[in-house]
Amino acid sequence: MDLQLVDVSVGYGAVRALDEVTLGIGKGEVVAVMGPNGAGKSTVLKAVMGLVPVVAGHVYWRQGLLVAATHEIVKKGIAFVPQGRRVFTHLTIRENLEMGCLYLADREEKERRMDSVMELFPILYEKRRDLASQMSGGQQQMLALGRGLMADPELLLLDEPTLGLAPIVVKEVFQKVAEINENLNTSILVVEHNIKGVLSLTDRASVLDKGKVVHHGSPQSILETDILTEVFLGRVSPEEEEA
Amino acid sequence: MPPAFLAAIDHKRLGQLPRQMWNSSQGNVEVWANVVIIAWAAAFMLWQGEGFAISVGTIFAIWAILAVSLNLVVGFTGLLSIGHVGFFGTGAYVMAVLSSTATYDQPHSVGIPTFGLPFFAALPVSALLAGLVALMVGIAFNRFRDDIYVLVSFGFTIIAFNVFLNWSSLTRGPFGIHEIPRPEIGGMVFDGELEFLLLALAFLALIVLVSWLLVSSSFGRVLTAIREDERAIEVFGYRATHYKLAVWVISAMMAGLAGGLFASWTSFIDPNSFILLESVLLVCIVILGGLASIRGSLLGAMAFVLLAEGMRFLPFLPNEYVGQARQVVLGLLLVLLMLFRPQGLAGRYKL
Repeated sequence: MDLQLVDVSVGYGAVRALDEVTLGIGKGEVVAVMGPNGAGKSTVLKAVMGLVPVVAGHVYWRQGLLVAATHEIVKKGIAFVPQGRRVFTHLTIRENLEMGCLYLADREEKERRMDSVMELFPILYEKRRDLASQMSGGQQQMLALGRGLMADPELLLLDEPTLGLAPIVVKEVFQKVAEINENLNTSILVVEHNIKGVLSLTDRASVLDKGKVVHHGSPQSILETDILTEVFLGRVSPEEEEA
Repeated sequence: MPPAFLAAIDHKRLGQLPRQMWNSSQGNVEVWANVVIIAWAAAFMLWQGEGFAISVGTIFAIWAILAVSLNLVVGFTGLLSIGHVGFFGTGAYVMAVLSSTATYDQPHSVGIPTFGLPFFAALPVSALLAGLVALMVGIAFNRFRDDIYVLVSFGFTIIAFNVFLNWSSLTRGPFGIHEIPRPEIGGMVFDGELEFLLLALAFLALIVLVSWLLVSSSFGRVLTAIREDERAIEVFGYRATHYKLAVWVISAMMAGLAGGLFASWTSFIDPNSFILLESVLLVCIVILGGLASIRGSLLGAMAFVLLAEGMRFLPFLPNEYVGQARQVVLGLLLVLLMLFRPQGLAGRYKL
């Protein structure tokens, strides 16, 4: 396992957003985290990035304990693509991409990465001089993905990459994610609400409910059980079934 | 039968003409503002003569340094600060204390230590000490953002004013400091008004150059990113707090420099020059000119100085009301600006 969360609990005061969550992702794997709103899906990624207070448990990264401030984590090879894209709308596409690896001093390396990202996303090359605010939501998502890749990460954390996008664009985003995984052998931990789309790309998936992992396994195993129906629509108790 | 040439006029189109002109001028407000303000300045100065032009120019240079430096913080980084006058005052008082040669030997007068440093030795100290104060204040301020930032910077302005007012053994409190000398270097004395104007403009050029280099570098790009999404940039490997602190200190040092110039130019300062209102006016200038636009700040400062000095010559306005009337007009201008052009004369961002 490259990244391993062991019994991680995250708390905001008395509320537990994550309760002893254990999950891992190996080199080159795609793992999905699913669950209803408020289950703590995004919190898993934020716990890795050090954006939320981890009150118990440990996060391991390549055998070592991952203890670092948020701004150090990207240098360890973990890039985060936040929910809602959060591109810098007053910067150009090129400048946005540069933000992904500004900590690098090596100019040639930057250019090399820029070229490879633009090769992966031709739309970014086409619009490289435009402001990010002039792009559509789908294009902004591509930009956010590209910006994450500028750090040349071994692990990419994607937080709801298809949120608020048109169905046709959703398909494209999933395609790109699969492409990134295949071509660059980047491990991908993705939080998604689009179950059908995301299960087609993942190797394994965890289902979260109220901060706890309630199921873990292959996409097939998830579709075979009715765990998703239960967490999304609520468990039906025997008494209720009788009535 | 109306004459043929009248019938040829399309009344409908004629009615639309004002709107069309308005629409086509919309995109060029910046150009128009430039033309109008520069023409206004030229006409005004020609009318009032050389001495007036020189003094307006000097006031403009000092306000412009302040506006450009504040724009680094307010416009480029998105931290709305009304504490800038505190650094301006710090710079002015450092200059005054270090370079004043006045002796206070009358009975009951408050004495302060005399150092008699030349202007060019005191000016770096002005900037450095303003920067040092900013560093200390900034470490505390870095926890805040948005509306809270306005409040804490407001608090700083009040504290700074009270320090100037009450630290009598250093600032002479309400009596102020006299006889602050004019710049002098290698036997060359900038005692004439024209010489001082040129010196002030040279400093303004320096500040504009430094600011321009800053904002067009990768440092400037991080500032823009902080302005848009301070939280997100931590994820990409930057410490937003370091960048915020850096730009805050740089901006304060520029304000300190402006303070030093101001003290030397007026040759007398007291705490009344460094009240909260000055800070608010400064923020108005930055917004009027345009956030995140250096050119805009220059334009805004020029418009403000022309307005403030120009109202002195209104025939129907008695002299004793000029001060108040200025504030009313500036406030009105700001309201109109927010309604019809929230990005300012030359800005790209809305507040």
